[in-house]
Amino acid sequence: MSMINYASREINCKLVYYGPGLGGKTTNLEHVYQKVAPGSRGKMISLATETERTLFFDFLPVDLGTIRGFKTRFHLYTVPGQVYYNASRKLILKGVDGVVFVADSQIDRMEANIEAMQNLYDNMSEHGYDLTTIPFVIQYNKRDLPNAAPINDLQASLNPGWPVEEPSKMRPMPDPQHEGEFLIQQIEGQWIERVGYYEAVALNGEGVFDTLKALSKLVIKNLG
Amino acid sequence: MTGASSWSFGEDDSRQITAILDEFLAQSSARTALIVDKAGQMVATVGETPTFDSTAFASLTAADFSANDQLAKMIGEAEFGSLFHQGEQESLYLADIAGRVILVVLFDTRTTLGLVKLRVKATVGSLNQVFTEMLNKDAPQAPRVETDFVDDAEDEIDRLFGG
Repeated sequence: MSMINYASREINCKLVYYGPGLGGKTTNLEHVYQKVAPGSRGKMISLATETERTLFFDFLPVDLGTIRGFKTRFHLYTVPGQVYYNASRKLILKGVDGVVFVADSQIDRMEANIEAMQNLYDNMSEHGYDLTTIPFVIQYNKRDLPNAAPINDLQASLNPGWPVEEPSKMRPMPDPQHEGEFLIQQIEGQWIERVGYYEAVALNGEGVFDTLKALSKLVIKNLG
Repeated sequence: MTGASSWSFGEDDSRQITAILDEFLAQSSARTALIVDKAGQMVATVGETPTFDSTAFASLTAADFSANDQLAKMIGEAEFGSLFHQGEQESLYLADIAGRVILVVLFDTRTTLGLVKLRVKATVGSLNQVFTEMLNKDAPQAPRVETDFVDDAEDEIDRLFGG
């Protein structure tokens, strides 16, 4: 629900980092906070518990500057990873313009990933939003860990794709990030669309900006 | 465009809202009136310019209101139409407008909660009307930006987040 404020000449877009607990959502935001020029970002707000687990959300505004007369800003939010904070997770999705799902690549977190993905679909649909039509990317985090699952397995579980209904979209669309892979392709006679994915080690910043850049461009395109 | 609905806020809308809030501030002796979108974005500020970080303030206001909305439902209320936070010097009064934005009134010891509440009632009524009309007006089509905006924004994203 990007709001274009013609009176103050501002456009604000809301990007939400979603995913299982301890997957690295807050770490993504912390890296952005540390690396973006101080003049281009606001204060980072964390509503966290004493043990630094996200209780309600983390919030970081990032300023893109004035574009064609409009001060353009991205509001980055994370949601709490733990299932028992679902009420707050749902609230943060209100008015969302784009979603990053931060998956934990470790094999033993696969179930938590799948549960969080299902929960994301459910919470989006409760707001009346359709995840297959809004800007959405997946980040496979913690790729450096020895027990990280192969990308193919993660893709099969978390990004299997959905059937393409619109005839004009029924043509192969290569994935610009991964050679030989496709975002839209025909599999056994059925056209399937997947979302873009990014590998990351958020703790040292690897893949953090690739993910953010991809999502923010999708969100901006959606404004046009 | 997406499953989420977009809306725009024009200069005429801003003038109408500013006029309503100016009158309210004069009658209530409150310091500042802010309009915050429920998704956490600042829409308008009238009265004394606040010294705090207004972006963070808007985000926290929306979260505060949403959390209380859920608490209301848990105790069997449809909603809490307004909230009041009392401080020693500074206080906040928040009210729902048209289910879409929040009116935040900042006031200090120069006035009283009673007077603010008394004056805010008519203001909420007027704002409800303005916002309902504004949101209906936008319903047929989502706001759009020009193509050049998208190109320029993409360049800026590359610059800021690494090309």
